Amino acid sequence: MKALLIRDLRLATRAGGGFGLALAFFLIVCTLVPFGVGPEGGQLSRIAPGILWVGALLSCLLSLDRIFALDFEDGSLDLLATAPLPLEGTVAIKAFAHWLVTGLPLALSAPVFGLLLHLPGPAYPWLVASLMLGTPALSMLGAFGAAVTVGLRRGGLLMSLLVLPLYVPTLIFGAEAVRRGAAGADPVTPLVFLAAITLATLALAPFAAAAALRVNLR
Amino acid sequence: MSLLAVRDLAVARGGLRAVEGVSFNLEAGGALVLRGPNGVGKTTLLRTLAGLQPLVAGVIEAAPDAIAYAGHSDGLKPALTAAENLRFWSEIFGGHDIAGALEAMNLRDLAERPAHALSAGQKRRLGLARLMVTGRPVWLLDEPTVSLDRDSVALFAGMLRAHLGRGGAAVIATHIELGLPEAEILELGPYRATRTRRESRPAGFNEVFG
Amino acid sequence: MSIWEYANPVKFMRTSGAVLPWVAAAAAVCTVAGLVWGFLTPQDYKQGSTVKIIFLHVPAALMAINIWLMMLVTSLIWLVRRHHVSALAAKAAAPVGAVMTLIALITGAIWGQPMWGTWWEWDPRLTSFLILFLFYLGYMALWGAVENPDSAADLTGVLCLVGSVFALLSRYAVNFWNQGLHQGASLSMAPGERMSAVYRYPLYLTMAGFFLLFLALLLVRTRTEIRRRRLAALLARENRA
Repeated sequence: MKALLIRDLRLATRAGGGFGLALAFFLIVCTLVPFGVGPEGGQLSRIAPGILWVGALLSCLLSLDRIFALDFEDGSLDLLATAPLPLEGTVAIKAFAHWLVTGLPLALSAPVFGLLLHLPGPAYPWLVASLMLGTPALSMLGAFGAAVTVGLRRGGLLMSLLVLPLYVPTLIFGAEAVRRGAAGADPVTPLVFLAAITLATLALAPFAAAAALRVNLR
Repeated sequence: MSLLAVRDLAVARGGLRAVEGVSFNLEAGGALVLRGPNGVGKTTLLRTLAGLQPLVAGVIEAAPDAIAYAGHSDGLKPALTAAENLRFWSEIFGGHDIAGALEAMNLRDLAERPAHALSAGQKRRLGLARLMVTGRPVWLLDEPTVSLDRDSVALFAGMLRAHLGRGGAAVIATHIELGLPEAEILELGPYRATRTRRESRPAGFNEVFG
Repeated sequence: MSIWEYANPVKFMRTSGAVLPWVAAAAAVCTVAGLVWGFLTPQDYKQGSTVKIIFLHVPAALMAINIWLMMLVTSLIWLVRRHHVSALAAKAAAPVGAVMTLIALITGAIWGQPMWGTWWEWDPRLTSFLILFLFYLGYMALWGAVENPDSAADLTGVLCLVGSVFALLSRYAVNFWNQGLHQGASLSMAPGERMSAVYRYPLYLTMAGFFLLFLALLLVRTRTEIRRRRLAALLARENRA
């Protein structure tokens, strides 16, 4: 298990692995939004929680197809499916690796992007907390979407269509927590819901994803 | 001791039976060469034996975690070196020594070279060396000699013979003479599925309508 | 005699062929009669003639949800018992469900414009239907994208299961997010909250009509899917021989 995690991290961080692309994309989103809505600080600070969450979600989506597609193409997935590690475990590890190279950096760097968008001061801890709690679910659901579309030509676009509706509850509770934090209200309720969704997703999605992978391998 | 026993196996591709009624018994030290025209179902049969595809009928008896499969692709990561690739598979399959595998396929000088800088034949050799680090007794090989030159084929035959000598076994789909006189040959042509031999349970929707 | 006999395509084709004309005729009678009756109902003292759109809106919304539920059940049957007709019925139902969802959304917008003064409101119910529509789109796109029909049935089945969970989650998440303008259930069982009988009976009739309409379309579409599969099977066999 550790070997798989280390390999995926090594592949992601080596040249051509695409590490940091998600962060760059996040930066671009946060740069483009003020061009679209105008530079007025009050307005930006009002929409900042939503923009930050939608931006994080889209950045996460960007690299999902890499979770399985490369392993499928070079035959590694066939070999992993016949390895002693259960396929559910493989899925969970690969989703965890994806989170470590996209979700975690996004959550940790989000305050910087919050500055760009005039996010109100009290919201910062809640922004990091909600992203830390919510992005694992994004990676895991993304792994499910990637597993469903892994063998398909032009699977990337279809995967977005399948995965984005699944992201709705996570987005709602995540952004709501930041919004409440920004307004000085108590953000604990949405955070608890967010954590519940993430835990349930982590518990169940590996089975659905492994089932989809088995179908795509045969 | 029987490592892999198959009785009356039928496998399907695209909802249609490819071959059916296949039976064989593979003892330790035994090798079975699958022959047959393109499209008869050699790859489908091997993938079914590996557990990657559901079987349609029959029984496959194999010890748990006995099978190592090597398909058309080698499962190599271009960004990793040859040794890193091999070490990864060794760790996944339980930490067997990679030095012997590198030695057997004459890859020691290439160990630190990234896989993207290897030639097609060298990649193939690395893919076959992977079989050794799995530590599994039954090798399922799908056209293992593709893109290998004559020396490499001999090298591979030597590795295979050593594996059989250690009590391993192999099922090989190949058209090349590997120089394994002890290998049995299974001609799949006669087992090609026919409409008359179909059993009650169809392979898929395509066979539901008679 | 068990219900699983109809999982045999041959048997299904024979039975559905005999039933189909009757279902189609009943669907036409109920839908037309219900809509005409509904159109002739008196105007509501508050909402005026706009109230009459409920005879399209409510049955369509009802079917939009129930068709997804039916797809969930048939997907489960396919995943557990491997009956091909079940998977094909789920495939056949999806576009009908998507259109029902669209009808509910569009009639809702037409009704909302004079009532709430806006074509679209991010109200929990409206939003949930929009999300449901996205799920239908994804489901149909996946069927269209996978070449091997058995794999497509498996993958869409799994997607339907996961999608159902998240559609339900979204429903409650959306409630949390915005309290909404939409009135409560149109057909409440509690006395005193009941809709006037003048509207209620034609509404029941259109609901029956929409259900029968769905059934007729489902049978037609499933039969088409079975024939399409059979054609593909014959061609595959031809190519192999």
